[in-house]
Amino acid sequence: MESIKDKCAIVGIGETEYSKDSGRSELSLVLEASMKAIDDAGLQPEDIDGMVRFVVDPTPEEEVIASLGIPELTFFDELAYTGTAAGGLVAHACMAVATGLANNVLLYRAMNGRSGKRYGSGAITGRRGQGQSAFMEPFGLLVPGQQLAMYARRHMYEYGTTSAHFGAISVACRKHANMNPRAIMYGRSMTIEDHQNSRMIYDPFHLFDCCLETDGGAAIVISSSERAKDMRQRPVYVSAVAQSLVPPIIENGPISQTVAAKAGPRLFNMAGITPQDIDVAQIYDHFSALVLFAIEDYGFCPKGEGGPFVEGGRIEIGGELPINTAGGHLSEAYVHTVNHIIEGVRQLRGTSTAQVPDAEHVLVDTGEGVGAMVLRR
Amino acid sequence: MPEQTPLPLPVPTIDNQAFWEACNRKELVIQHCPRCDILRHPPRPLCPGCRQGNLGWKQVSGLGTIYSYTITHQAIHPALKDRVPWNVIMVDLDEGVRMISHLVDCPPEDIRIGMRVEVVFEEVEAGVTLPYFRPTPH
Repeated sequence: MESIKDKCAIVGIGETEYSKDSGRSELSLVLEASMKAIDDAGLQPEDIDGMVRFVVDPTPEEEVIASLGIPELTFFDELAYTGTAAGGLVAHACMAVATGLANNVLLYRAMNGRSGKRYGSGAITGRRGQGQSAFMEPFGLLVPGQQLAMYARRHMYEYGTTSAHFGAISVACRKHANMNPRAIMYGRSMTIEDHQNSRMIYDPFHLFDCCLETDGGAAIVISSSERAKDMRQRPVYVSAVAQSLVPPIIENGPISQTVAAKAGPRLFNMAGITPQDIDVAQIYDHFSALVLFAIEDYGFCPKGEGGPFVEGGRIEIGGELPINTAGGHLSEAYVHTVNHIIEGVRQLRGTSTAQVPDAEHVLVDTGEGVGAMVLRR
Repeated sequence: MPEQTPLPLPVPTIDNQAFWEACNRKELVIQHCPRCDILRHPPRPLCPGCRQGNLGWKQVSGLGTIYSYTITHQAIHPALKDRVPWNVIMVDLDEGVRMISHLVDCPPEDIRIGMRVEVVFEEVEAGVTLPYFRPTPH
Protein backbone atom coordinates (compact mmCIF):
# COMPACT_ATOMS: atom_id res chain seq x y z
CA MET A 1 0.00 0.00 0.00
CA GLU A 2 1.34 3.39 -0.99
CA SER A 3 1.68 5.95 1.80
CA ILE A 4 0.72 9.61 1.55
CA LYS A 5 3.95 10.53 3.35
CA ASP A 6 5.38 13.66 1.74
CA LYS A 7 2.94 13.42 -1.19
CA CYS A 8 1.35 16.78 -0.41
CA ALA A 9 2.38 20.19 0.78
CA ILE A 10 0.84 23.23 2.42
CA VAL A 11 1.39 25.89 -0.22
CA GLY A 12 -0.62 28.83 1.09
CA ILE A 13 -1.64 30.31 4.43
CA GLY A 14 -4.02 33.16 5.28
CA GLU A 15 -5.48 34.78 8.38
CA THR A 16 -7.76 37.67 9.21
CA GLU A 17 -7.14 39.96 12.13
CA TYR A 18 -7.91 38.21 15.42
CA SER A 19 -10.23 40.22 17.65
CA LYS A 20 -13.01 40.07 20.21
CA ASP A 21 -15.55 41.70 17.91
CA SER A 22 -15.00 41.45 14.18
CA GLY A 23 -18.14 43.38 13.25
CA ARG A 24 -18.31 41.16 10.17
CA SER A 25 -20.08 38.02 9.02
CA GLU A 26 -18.34 34.68 9.31
CA LEU A 27 -18.58 34.33 5.53
CA SER A 28 -16.66 37.57 5.16
CA LEU A 29 -13.94 36.24 7.50
CA VAL A 30 -13.71 32.96 5.54
CA LEU A 31 -13.35 34.84 2.27
CA GLU A 32 -10.59 37.13 3.51
CA ALA A 33 -8.56 34.29 5.03
CA SER A 34 -9.12 32.11 1.96
CA MET A 35 -8.17 34.80 -0.56
CA LYS A 36 -4.99 35.49 1.40
CA ALA A 37 -4.11 31.78 1.45
CA ILE A 38 -4.81 31.38 -2.27
CA ASP A 39 -2.77 34.48 -3.09
CA ASP A 40 0.04 33.36 -0.79
CA ALA A 41 0.29 30.20 -2.90
CA GLY A 42 0.33 32.22 -6.11
CA LEU A 43 -2.91 30.59 -7.22
CA GLN A 44 -6.22 31.99 -8.46
CA PRO A 45 -9.56 31.14 -6.80
CA GLU A 46 -10.58 29.08 -9.84
CA ASP A 47 -7.57 26.82 -9.21
CA ILE A 48 -9.28 25.61 -6.02
CA ASP A 49 -11.19 22.41 -6.82
CA GLY A 50 -11.44 20.88 -3.34
CA MET A 51 -12.57 22.11 0.07
CA VAL A 52 -12.61 20.66 3.56
CA ARG A 53 -14.32 22.18 6.56
CA PHE A 54 -15.38 21.67 10.16
CA VAL A 55 -18.96 20.51 10.70
CA VAL A 56 -19.16 23.23 13.36
CA ASP A 57 -18.09 25.93 10.90
CA PRO A 58 -21.15 28.01 10.01
CA THR A 59 -20.08 28.67 6.40
CA PRO A 60 -21.00 26.04 3.78
CA GLU A 61 -18.67 25.37 0.84
CA GLU A 62 -21.23 26.56 -1.69
CA GLU A 63 -21.29 30.02 -0.09
CA VAL A 64 -17.52 30.19 -0.53
CA ILE A 65 -17.50 29.06 -4.14
CA ALA A 66 -20.41 31.33 -4.99
CA SER A 67 -18.51 34.25 -3.48
CA LEU A 68 -15.16 33.50 -5.07
CA GLY A 69 -16.38 32.57 -8.53
CA ILE A 70 -15.17 28.99 -8.28
CA PRO A 71 -17.08 27.00 -10.92
CA GLU A 72 -17.01 23.51 -9.36
CA LEU A 73 -15.53 21.47 -6.55
CA THR A 74 -14.61 17.90 -7.43
CA PHE A 75 -13.93 17.05 -3.77
CA PHE A 76 -15.45 18.35 -0.53
CA ASP A 77 -15.58 16.88 2.93
CA GLU A 78 -16.72 17.84 6.41
CA LEU A 79 -15.52 16.48 9.73
CA ALA A 80 -17.21 16.55 13.15
CA TYR A 81 -15.75 16.36 16.66
CA THR A 82 -15.92 20.09 17.23
CA GLY A 83 -12.58 21.85 17.34
CA THR A 84 -10.43 18.79 16.76
CA ALA A 85 -11.22 18.36 13.06
CA ALA A 86 -8.27 20.14 11.45
CA GLY A 87 -5.81 17.24 11.48
CA GLY A 88 -8.31 14.84 9.97
CA LEU A 89 -9.27 17.43 7.37
CA VAL A 90 -5.61 17.80 6.35
CA ALA A 91 -5.43 13.99 6.10
CA HIS A 92 -8.52 13.90 3.89
CA ALA A 93 -7.27 16.76 1.73
CA CYS A 94 -3.96 14.96 1.23
CA MET A 95 -5.74 11.72 0.34
CA ALA A 96 -7.87 13.58 -2.20
CA VAL A 97 -4.84 15.25 -3.79
CA ALA A 98 -2.73 12.08 -3.74
CA THR A 99 -5.49 10.11 -5.46
CA GLY A 100 -6.29 12.76 -8.04
CA LEU A 101 -9.75 13.72 -6.78
CA ALA A 102 -8.62 17.33 -6.50
CA ASN A 103 -5.54 19.41 -7.27
CA ASN A 104 -5.71 22.28 -4.79
CA VAL A 105 -7.73 21.89 -1.60
CA LEU A 106 -8.74 24.80 0.63
CA LEU A 107 -9.24 24.27 4.38
CA TYR A 108 -10.92 27.11 6.27
CA ARG A 109 -12.23 27.91 9.73
CA ALA A 110 -13.81 31.20 10.71
CA MET A 111 -15.98 32.15 13.63
CA ASN A 112 -17.24 35.00 15.68
CA GLY A 113 -16.28 32.97 18.71
CA ARG A 114 -16.31 35.91 21.11
CA SER A 115 -19.00 38.27 19.80
CA GLY A 116 -21.23 35.41 18.58
CA LYS A 117 -21.40 31.76 19.64
CA ARG A 118 -19.14 31.39 22.69
CA TYR A 119 -17.83 27.89 23.34
CA GLY A 120 -17.52 28.61 27.06
CA SER A 121 -21.26 29.06 27.45
CA GLY A 122 -23.19 25.98 28.49
CA ALA A 123 -26.43 27.63 27.47
CA ILE A 124 -25.21 28.02 23.90
CA THR A 125 -23.28 24.83 23.29
CA GLY A 126 -25.48 22.47 25.29
CA ARG A 127 -27.61 19.72 23.79
CA ARG A 128 -30.48 20.28 26.21
CA GLY A 129 -30.32 16.83 27.77
CA GLN A 130 -30.73 14.98 24.49
CA GLY A 131 -28.85 11.85 23.42
CA GLN A 132 -25.97 10.89 25.70
CA SER A 133 -25.93 14.41 27.15
CA ALA A 134 -28.88 13.19 29.28
CA PHE A 135 -26.23 11.56 31.47
CA MET A 136 -24.12 14.73 31.79
CA GLU A 137 -25.98 18.02 31.45
CA PRO A 138 -28.67 17.41 34.10
CA PHE A 139 -25.81 16.99 36.60
CA GLY A 140 -24.28 20.30 35.57
CA LEU A 141 -21.61 18.95 33.21
CA LEU A 142 -22.24 21.44 30.44
CA VAL A 143 -19.02 22.47 28.68
CA PRO A 144 -15.77 20.75 27.64
CA GLY A 145 -13.78 22.76 30.19
CA GLN A 146 -15.48 20.98 33.08
CA GLN A 147 -14.81 17.57 31.56
CA LEU A 148 -11.14 18.38 30.97
CA ALA A 149 -10.87 19.82 34.47
CA MET A 150 -11.82 16.37 35.77
CA TYR A 151 -9.12 14.82 33.56
CA ALA A 152 -6.59 17.34 34.90
CA ARG A 153 -7.65 16.67 38.50
CA ARG A 154 -7.13 12.94 37.98
CA HIS A 155 -3.66 13.56 36.49
CA MET A 156 -2.77 15.61 39.58
CA TYR A 157 -3.96 12.75 41.78
CA GLU A 158 -2.09 10.03 39.90
CA TYR A 159 1.19 11.82 39.19
CA GLY A 160 1.51 14.72 41.62
CA THR A 161 1.07 17.29 38.85
CA THR A 162 0.33 20.79 40.15
CA SER A 163 -1.57 23.84 39.01
CA ALA A 164 1.79 25.60 38.65
CA HIS A 165 2.80 22.95 36.09
CA PHE A 166 -0.28 23.84 34.07
CA GLY A 167 0.64 27.48 34.60
CA ALA A 168 4.07 26.97 33.03
CA ILE A 169 2.25 26.12 29.79
CA SER A 170 0.09 29.24 29.94
CA VAL A 171 3.17 31.37 30.66
CA ALA A 172 5.08 29.86 27.71
CA CYS A 173 2.19 30.56 25.35
CA ARG A 174 1.92 34.12 26.65
CA LYS A 175 5.64 34.69 26.22
CA HIS A 176 5.40 33.63 22.57
CA ALA A 177 2.26 35.74 22.04
CA ASN A 178 4.23 38.72 23.27
CA MET A 179 6.60 38.19 20.32
CA ASN A 180 3.67 38.02 17.87
CA PRO A 181 1.90 41.31 17.05
CA ARG A 182 -1.08 39.40 15.59
CA ALA A 183 -1.78 37.73 18.93
CA ILE A 184 -4.77 38.90 20.97
CA MET A 185 -2.60 38.93 24.10
CA TYR A 186 0.32 40.75 22.46
CA GLY A 187 1.70 43.32 24.87
CA ARG A 188 0.18 41.70 27.96
CA SER A 189 2.76 39.77 29.94
CA MET A 190 1.96 36.95 32.38
CA THR A 191 3.95 35.50 35.25
CA ILE A 192 3.34 32.25 37.08
CA GLU A 193 2.06 34.38 39.98
CA ASP A 194 -0.45 36.04 37.64
CA HIS A 195 -1.58 32.55 36.64
CA GLN A 196 -1.91 31.35 40.22
CA ASN A 197 -3.77 34.50 41.24
CA SER A 198 -6.24 34.41 38.34
CA ARG A 199 -9.75 33.47 39.38
CA MET A 200 -10.92 29.88 39.46
CA ILE A 201 -13.21 28.90 36.57
CA TYR A 202 -13.47 25.12 36.67
CA ASP A 203 -11.30 23.93 39.56
CA PRO A 204 -8.45 23.03 39.03
CA PHE A 205 -8.51 25.37 36.01
CA HIS A 206 -7.87 29.04 36.68
CA LEU A 207 -8.88 31.68 34.15
CA PHE A 208 -5.39 31.56 32.60
CA ASP A 209 -5.66 27.81 32.02
CA CYS A 210 -8.56 28.48 29.66
CA CYS A 211 -8.18 29.47 26.03
CA LEU A 212 -9.37 32.67 24.44
CA GLU A 213 -12.64 33.10 22.60
CA THR A 214 -11.91 34.75 19.28
CA ASP A 215 -13.46 36.37 16.24
CA GLY A 216 -11.40 35.57 13.17
CA GLY A 217 -10.65 33.29 10.28
CA ALA A 218 -7.78 31.16 9.05
CA ALA A 219 -7.22 29.11 5.91
CA ILE A 220 -4.60 26.96 4.20
CA VAL A 221 -4.18 25.49 0.71
CA ILE A 222 -2.91 21.94 0.15
CA SER A 223 -1.51 20.80 -3.19
CA SER A 224 0.69 17.99 -4.47
CA SER A 225 4.34 18.19 -3.50
CA GLU A 226 5.24 18.06 -7.18
CA ARG A 227 3.23 21.16 -8.07
CA ALA A 228 4.28 22.84 -4.85
CA LYS A 229 7.86 23.08 -6.09
CA ASP A 230 6.77 25.59 -8.75
CA MET A 231 4.57 27.69 -6.49
CA ARG A 232 5.28 31.02 -4.83
CA GLN A 233 6.42 29.84 -1.39
CA ARG A 234 8.88 27.29 -0.11
CA PRO A 235 6.80 24.09 0.16
CA VAL A 236 6.00 22.72 3.59
CA TYR A 237 5.51 18.99 3.20
CA VAL A 238 2.89 17.00 5.06
CA SER A 239 5.25 14.28 6.17
CA ALA A 240 2.66 12.33 8.16
CA VAL A 241 -0.94 12.53 9.32
CA ALA A 242 -2.89 10.50 11.85
CA GLN A 243 -6.38 10.29 13.28
CA SER A 244 -7.68 8.38 16.29
CA LEU A 245 -11.17 7.82 17.63
CA VAL A 246 -12.03 5.55 20.56
CA PRO A 247 -15.23 5.06 22.60
CA PRO A 248 -15.73 8.05 24.91
CA ILE A 249 -13.06 7.77 27.63
CA ILE A 250 -15.29 9.68 30.05
CA GLU A 251 -17.51 6.57 30.20
CA ASN A 252 -14.94 4.05 31.36
CA GLY A 253 -11.43 4.81 30.10
CA PRO A 254 -8.40 6.17 31.90
CA ILE A 255 -8.89 9.93 31.66
CA SER A 256 -5.37 11.13 32.37
CA GLN A 257 -4.17 10.28 28.87
CA THR A 258 -5.40 11.06 25.38
CA VAL A 259 -5.49 9.14 22.11
CA ALA A 260 -2.25 10.94 21.18
CA ALA A 261 -0.74 7.81 22.78
CA LYS A 262 -2.30 5.83 19.92
CA ALA A 263 -1.93 8.35 17.09
CA GLY A 264 1.65 9.32 17.97
CA PRO A 265 3.43 6.05 17.09
CA ARG A 266 1.57 5.85 13.76
CA LEU A 267 2.44 9.46 13.05
CA PHE A 268 6.14 9.20 13.80
CA ASN A 269 6.36 5.87 11.99
CA MET A 270 4.86 7.37 8.83
CA ALA A 271 7.22 10.35 9.03
CA GLY A 272 10.17 8.03 9.68
CA ILE A 273 11.26 10.00 12.73
CA THR A 274 11.10 9.86 16.53
CA PRO A 275 9.74 12.49 18.93
CA GLN A 276 13.34 13.61 19.49
CA ASP A 277 13.47 14.78 15.86
CA ILE A 278 10.66 17.31 16.45
CA ASP A 279 12.12 20.82 16.63
CA VAL A 280 8.96 22.67 17.63
CA ALA A 281 5.40 21.60 18.46
CA GLN A 282 2.06 23.33 17.99
CA ILE A 283 -0.38 21.64 20.35
CA TYR A 284 -4.14 22.10 20.78
CA ASP A 285 -4.45 24.14 23.95
CA HIS A 286 -8.10 24.80 24.72
CA PHE A 287 -6.96 24.12 28.30
CA SER A 288 -3.35 24.23 29.45
CA ALA A 289 -3.32 20.73 30.96
CA LEU A 290 -4.02 19.14 27.59
CA VAL A 291 -0.63 20.34 26.34
CA LEU A 292 0.96 18.51 29.26
CA PHE A 293 -1.00 15.37 28.40
CA ALA A 294 0.11 15.66 24.75
CA ILE A 295 3.78 16.08 25.67
CA GLU A 296 3.58 12.81 27.57
CA ASP A 297 1.34 10.95 25.16
CA TYR A 298 3.40 11.77 22.04
CA GLY A 299 6.41 10.46 23.93
CA PHE A 300 8.46 13.61 24.62
CA CYS A 301 8.75 12.38 28.21
CA PRO A 302 7.52 9.33 30.15
CA LYS A 303 3.86 9.27 31.22
CA GLY A 304 3.39 11.21 34.42
CA GLU A 305 6.53 13.31 34.05
CA GLY A 306 4.93 16.10 32.04
CA GLY A 307 4.80 18.38 35.07
CA PRO A 308 8.54 18.57 35.66
CA PHE A 309 9.12 18.51 31.87
CA VAL A 310 7.27 21.78 31.20
CA GLU A 311 9.19 23.66 33.90
CA GLY A 312 12.41 25.62 33.57
CA GLY A 313 11.75 27.08 30.14
CA ARG A 314 11.99 23.75 28.33
CA ILE A 315 8.85 24.50 26.30
CA GLU A 316 9.71 28.15 25.67
CA ILE A 317 11.64 29.54 22.72
CA GLY A 318 15.27 28.57 23.18
CA GLY A 319 14.24 25.45 25.13
CA GLU A 320 14.34 21.81 24.16
CA LEU A 321 10.77 21.67 22.82
CA PRO A 322 9.25 25.09 22.17
CA ILE A 323 5.47 24.85 21.94
CA ASN A 324 2.82 27.14 20.45
CA THR A 325 5.32 29.68 19.18
CA ALA A 326 2.63 32.13 18.01
CA GLY A 327 0.87 32.00 21.38
CA GLY A 328 -1.57 29.15 20.78
CA HIS A 329 -5.22 29.14 21.71
CA LEU A 330 -4.28 30.35 25.16
CA SER A 331 -2.79 33.64 23.98
CA GLU A 332 -2.86 34.10 20.18
CA ALA A 333 -6.38 33.18 19.05
CA TYR A 334 -8.90 30.36 19.24
CA VAL A 335 -9.40 29.28 15.64
CA HIS A 336 -9.51 25.53 16.22
CA THR A 337 -5.82 24.93 15.42
CA VAL A 338 -5.85 26.25 11.89
CA ASN A 339 -3.70 28.99 13.42
CA HIS A 340 -1.46 26.26 14.87
CA ILE A 341 -1.00 24.72 11.41
CA ILE A 342 -0.22 28.17 9.98
CA GLU A 343 2.38 28.75 12.69
CA GLY A 344 3.89 25.35 11.88
CA VAL A 345 4.20 26.43 8.25
CA ARG A 346 5.84 29.71 9.30
CA GLN A 347 8.41 27.86 11.38
CA LEU A 348 9.38 25.79 8.32
CA ARG A 349 9.46 28.83 6.05
CA GLY A 350 11.63 30.63 8.61
CA THR A 351 9.13 33.45 9.12
CA SER A 352 7.84 32.91 12.68
CA THR A 353 7.97 35.78 15.15
CA ALA A 354 9.47 33.23 17.58
CA GLN A 355 11.61 31.38 15.07
CA VAL A 356 13.32 28.15 16.05
CA PRO A 357 16.61 28.23 14.11
CA ASP A 358 16.67 25.75 11.20
CA ALA A 359 13.45 24.03 12.25
CA GLU A 360 13.04 20.90 10.12
CA HIS A 361 10.18 18.98 11.71
CA VAL A 362 7.09 20.42 13.34
CA LEU A 363 4.45 18.43 15.20
CA VAL A 364 0.96 19.89 14.96
CA ASP A 365 -1.59 18.30 17.29
CA THR A 366 -5.06 19.48 16.33
CA GLY A 367 -6.84 18.15 19.40
CA GLU A 368 -5.89 15.50 21.95
CA GLY A 369 -4.51 13.20 19.24
CA VAL A 370 -7.87 12.94 17.47
CA GLY A 371 -5.98 14.57 14.60
CA ALA A 372 -2.29 15.32 14.17
CA MET A 373 0.42 15.87 11.56
CA VAL A 374 4.14 16.18 11.12
CA LEU A 375 5.21 18.96 8.78
CA ARG A 376 8.72 19.22 7.36
CA ARG A 377 10.62 21.51 5.02
CA MET B 1 -38.23 35.62 44.25
CA PRO B 2 -37.64 34.81 40.55
CA GLU B 3 -37.78 31.13 39.74
CA GLN B 4 -34.44 29.38 39.28
CA THR B 5 -33.70 28.36 35.68
CA PRO B 6 -33.34 24.56 35.72
CA LEU B 7 -30.38 22.65 34.37
CA PRO B 8 -31.25 20.74 31.20
CA LEU B 9 -33.45 17.77 32.06
CA PRO B 10 -32.77 14.31 30.67
CA VAL B 11 -34.68 13.57 27.49
CA PRO B 12 -35.32 9.81 27.76
CA THR B 13 -35.03 7.66 24.64
CA ILE B 14 -36.27 4.17 23.91
CA ASP B 15 -32.76 2.95 24.72
CA ASN B 16 -32.55 4.46 28.20
CA GLN B 17 -36.06 5.19 29.49
CA ALA B 18 -35.91 2.19 31.88
CA PHE B 19 -33.00 3.88 33.67
CA TRP B 20 -34.99 7.07 34.23
CA GLU B 21 -38.15 5.22 35.21
CA ALA B 22 -36.15 3.35 37.85
CA CYS B 23 -34.82 6.67 39.17
CA ASN B 24 -38.41 7.78 39.65
CA ARG B 25 -38.88 4.68 41.81
CA LYS B 26 -35.65 5.63 43.65
CA GLU B 27 -33.81 2.61 42.28
CA LEU B 28 -30.44 2.71 40.52
CA VAL B 29 -30.43 0.22 37.66
CA ILE B 30 -27.70 -0.40 35.13
CA GLN B 31 -28.05 -1.99 31.71
CA HIS B 32 -27.00 -5.66 31.85
CA CYS B 33 -26.28 -8.30 29.23
CA PRO B 34 -27.58 -11.65 30.54
CA ARG B 35 -25.38 -13.56 28.05
CA CYS B 36 -22.05 -11.87 28.84
CA ASP B 37 -22.90 -10.72 32.37
CA ILE B 38 -21.61 -7.26 31.40
CA LEU B 39 -22.88 -4.07 33.01
CA ARG B 40 -22.64 -0.92 30.92
CA HIS B 41 -23.49 2.74 31.29
CA PRO B 42 -24.79 4.79 29.58
CA PRO B 43 -27.22 2.36 27.94
CA ARG B 44 -27.08 1.51 24.24
CA PRO B 45 -29.11 -0.94 22.11
CA LEU B 46 -26.46 -3.69 21.76
CA CYS B 47 -24.08 -5.39 24.19
CA PRO B 48 -20.48 -4.53 23.15
CA GLY B 49 -19.46 -8.09 24.07
CA CYS B 50 -21.88 -10.24 22.05
CA ARG B 51 -23.34 -7.44 19.87
CA GLN B 52 -26.85 -8.67 20.61
CA GLY B 53 -29.86 -6.78 21.89
CA ASN B 54 -32.53 -7.85 24.38
CA LEU B 55 -30.54 -6.42 27.26
CA GLY B 56 -31.85 -6.35 30.78
CA TRP B 57 -31.43 -4.13 33.82
CA LYS B 58 -29.78 -4.90 37.13
CA GLN B 59 -30.31 -3.01 40.33
CA VAL B 60 -26.96 -1.99 41.83
CA SER B 61 -25.91 -1.07 45.35
CA GLY B 62 -25.60 2.64 44.70
CA LEU B 63 -22.21 2.61 46.41
CA GLY B 64 -19.14 3.92 44.69
CA THR B 65 -15.91 5.87 44.81
CA ILE B 66 -15.15 9.31 43.40
CA TYR B 67 -12.80 8.85 40.42
CA SER B 68 -12.47 12.56 39.65
CA TYR B 69 -14.34 15.82 40.08
CA THR B 70 -14.39 19.50 39.21
CA ILE B 71 -15.85 22.49 40.95
CA THR B 72 -17.31 25.10 38.64
CA HIS B 73 -16.99 28.65 39.95
CA GLN B 74 -18.26 30.55 36.93
CA ALA B 75 -21.97 30.52 36.16
CA ILE B 76 -21.57 29.12 32.67
CA HIS B 77 -25.30 28.45 32.42
CA PRO B 78 -28.24 30.48 33.76
CA ALA B 79 -29.11 27.48 35.96
CA LEU B 80 -25.85 27.90 37.87
CA LYS B 81 -26.36 31.62 38.49
CA ASP B 82 -27.07 31.27 42.21
CA ARG B 83 -25.67 27.76 42.60
CA VAL B 84 -21.91 28.16 42.13
CA PRO B 85 -19.60 26.74 43.30
CA TRP B 86 -21.17 23.67 41.66
CA ASN B 87 -19.46 20.29 41.71
CA VAL B 88 -19.55 17.58 39.07
CA ILE B 89 -18.22 14.15 40.02
CA MET B 90 -17.26 10.96 38.23
CA VAL B 91 -18.27 7.98 40.35
CA ASP B 92 -16.96 4.47 39.81
CA LEU B 93 -19.73 2.24 41.15
CA ASP B 94 -18.67 -0.83 43.12
CA GLU B 95 -20.19 -2.97 40.35
CA GLY B 96 -17.63 -1.56 37.88
CA VAL B 97 -19.39 1.10 35.82
CA ARG B 98 -18.87 4.85 35.89
CA MET B 99 -21.45 7.62 36.19
CA ILE B 100 -21.37 11.39 36.00
CA SER B 101 -23.24 12.96 38.89
CA HIS B 102 -23.36 15.70 41.52
CA LEU B 103 -22.32 15.37 45.17
CA VAL B 104 -24.63 16.73 47.87
CA ASP B 105 -24.17 17.16 51.63
CA CYS B 106 -20.47 17.94 51.24
CA PRO B 107 -18.67 21.30 51.19
CA PRO B 108 -16.63 21.73 47.98
CA GLU B 109 -13.32 21.91 49.84
CA ASP B 110 -13.91 18.44 51.34
CA ILE B 111 -14.41 16.62 48.01
CA ARG B 112 -11.59 14.17 47.31
CA ILE B 113 -10.74 11.53 44.74
CA GLY B 114 -11.22 8.17 46.45
CA MET B 115 -14.09 9.41 48.64
CA ARG B 116 -16.77 6.77 49.27
CA VAL B 117 -20.24 7.86 48.19
CA GLU B 118 -23.79 6.50 48.01
CA VAL B 119 -26.64 7.31 45.69
CA VAL B 120 -29.40 9.64 46.82
CA PHE B 121 -32.38 10.46 44.63
CA GLU B 122 -33.60 14.00 44.17
CA GLU B 123 -36.77 14.94 42.35
CA VAL B 124 -35.60 18.07 40.52
CA GLU B 125 -38.94 18.60 38.77
CA ALA B 126 -42.27 16.79 38.90
CA GLY B 127 -41.66 13.36 37.39
CA VAL B 128 -37.91 13.86 36.93
CA THR B 129 -35.65 12.24 39.51
CA LEU B 130 -31.87 12.37 39.25
CA PRO B 131 -29.36 10.04 40.94
CA TYR B 132 -27.08 12.32 42.96
CA PHE B 133 -24.53 11.06 45.48
CA ARG B 134 -23.56 11.93 49.05
CA PRO B 135 -20.64 10.86 51.25
CA THR B 136 -21.27 7.53 52.95
CA PRO B 137 -21.63 7.70 56.74
CA HIS B 138 -18.41 6.75 58.54
